[in-house]
Amino acid sequence: MIVAATWDGPHLGPASREVLGAAVRLGAAVGQQVAVASLGPEGSGAAEESGGYGVAQAFVVEGDCAASGSEGSIAVLAELARELGASAVLLSADDRSAEIAPRLAERLGGSAVMHATAIEVHDGRPVWTRPVYGGKALATISAASEPVVATLRRGAFRAAEVTGGAAAVSTRTAPPTDGAVEFVGSEAPVAGASLEDARVIVSGGSGVGNVEGFAELEELARLLGGAVGASLAAVDAGWAQPDRQVGLTGKVVSPDVYFAIGISGASQHLAGIAGAKAVIAVNTDPEAPIFGRARLGVLMDCRQFLPALIEALRRRASPR
Amino acid sequence: MLGSDGAGLAKSARRTAMHAIVLLKQILDWELPPSRFRIDPETHRPPDNLGPTLLGPFEQNALEFALQLRDAGIVDTLTALLAGPADSADALRKALALRCDEAVHVEVGADESTDPSQTAELLLAAIRRLEPAELVLAGRQAGDWDHGQVGYLIAERLKWPAVGLVWRAERSDGRLRVWRSGSAGVEQLAVRPPAVLTVTSHPSLRLRMGSVMDRMAANKRPITRWTLDDLELSSEQLAAARRVELTRVWVAEVERNCELIEGEDPAEIATALLGRLEELKLLTRPG
Repeated sequence: MIVAATWDGPHLGPASREVLGAAVRLGAAVGQQVAVASLGPEGSGAAEESGGYGVAQAFVVEGDCAASGSEGSIAVLAELARELGASAVLLSADDRSAEIAPRLAERLGGSAVMHATAIEVHDGRPVWTRPVYGGKALATISAASEPVVATLRRGAFRAAEVTGGAAAVSTRTAPPTDGAVEFVGSEAPVAGASLEDARVIVSGGSGVGNVEGFAELEELARLLGGAVGASLAAVDAGWAQPDRQVGLTGKVVSPDVYFAIGISGASQHLAGIAGAKAVIAVNTDPEAPIFGRARLGVLMDCRQFLPALIEALRRRASPR
Repeated sequence: MLGSDGAGLAKSARRTAMHAIVLLKQILDWELPPSRFRIDPETHRPPDNLGPTLLGPFEQNALEFALQLRDAGIVDTLTALLAGPADSADALRKALALRCDEAVHVEVGADESTDPSQTAELLLAAIRRLEPAELVLAGRQAGDWDHGQVGYLIAERLKWPAVGLVWRAERSDGRLRVWRSGSAGVEQLAVRPPAVLTVTSHPSLRLRMGSVMDRMAANKRPITRWTLDDLELSSEQLAAARRVELTRVWVAEVERNCELIEGEDPAEIATALLGRLEELKLLTRPG
């Protein structure tokens, strides 16, 4: 059995559909069925929906898993994986799964594979590809012990296709935890479109120069219907909030169009935009690595270019 | 119940601050340009002479986090622990220069650092040999293999709770209140020590410089060196801890096909860029 975990509410989101796509294809390649564990609030909707994507069994986990940090999620996933004899548990790679996957693998006596970008099956066993050295290199690994708990990079796997059908849905209650970790509260995220789901991202780096430059990026993003991202350098400089950081250690994004404004393109940044369909780079340095990743490039100081681009977009939106 | 509570109280009366062990790693300069980066197909690693090795960026965050906990009086004793080849002790020297109380180097070959389970087993053996600690702090991931697993595996094997990607902590009623950034915004959690925390990159965690005096003094301070024998670990035991087989490592190739948009002035380039984006169907015409 291949187990896919989702934290969606009433409906499956794009990240979960990618995980389901990978799970269904892996299941077909190794001759195993797919089960979904739906751990989100009001997750019964997502569980029901998964049946339409070729999932055989769906488990709705009741109770507030997040009240114990990751402890509740790990406990219930371990219980399900054991019971179903899972050979693999797949999760979307994000901050939550970063904490869950290694611990779940350890509890199951298996192996964790973090940030996989491809799965191939050789002799009936999955071989996983993942970036290493901040995205400068790729490695293929196979697990020495099963089950494998793998986190899948956003944008690297094709979303599941609708097959029709229904899953056998049942409910579960997360086992109690020892209370060593308690959720205290959260501050609402900084307003702005979700980077992971944005089709257009306008990202700024050190070349943007200051906070005022980032205000211009906001305007550019608004005109393009996109979200604002930032390089690690820009976050370090205090021009953008940490939750806007794109890169290996920030958000891994896969938009259709990614504007890299004043970003040189350090490997760790490029690793975060590997799934972007087209990168548009604006930079003064023709040797900047970002041009090696870009489809279109502008060799110019972005502080000069941004006002012109904003003006051109405004003219385009309301032609005289 | 009474008995255990009483013991806990007695302990906290004796000692209000904690012993923290911060896990360090020295890695190839991560700023090395991709054009110079190589992988030796035999060893699956970059060749030894490719560039300098430095205290990893995320370990720098973890060390700064540990120092801030000590500044706040939450931690009173700080041990820096590193497993790696003989030439990776600079990171420990740096930790001593920032006034870590002790620096411990578990000497292993470079091949022993590619499997997170094996690394966790090594560090765990060292942690068990050290003075009992209430906190183990790790970077969010090592900047070479990027697994992001070692801290969590140690937590599981110690049966301690773990909270990941933390960037701030305060003491609160015998627990630690920690802050982290998740998809739901900034989250606060309370964790009961002993615990493992992994520390994320955050603007507030840029590693401090330390004083020249402390740097000079650090050169005279000892680094404790342990071998596998000292830890009573055999190479067979270590090999048995492996969980993944590395089959191939190769440099990611990037095909350069960037089309530069040119023009007389910014306005002309901007108009040309928008036109090209439309032609490529990357931007839809308004209306």
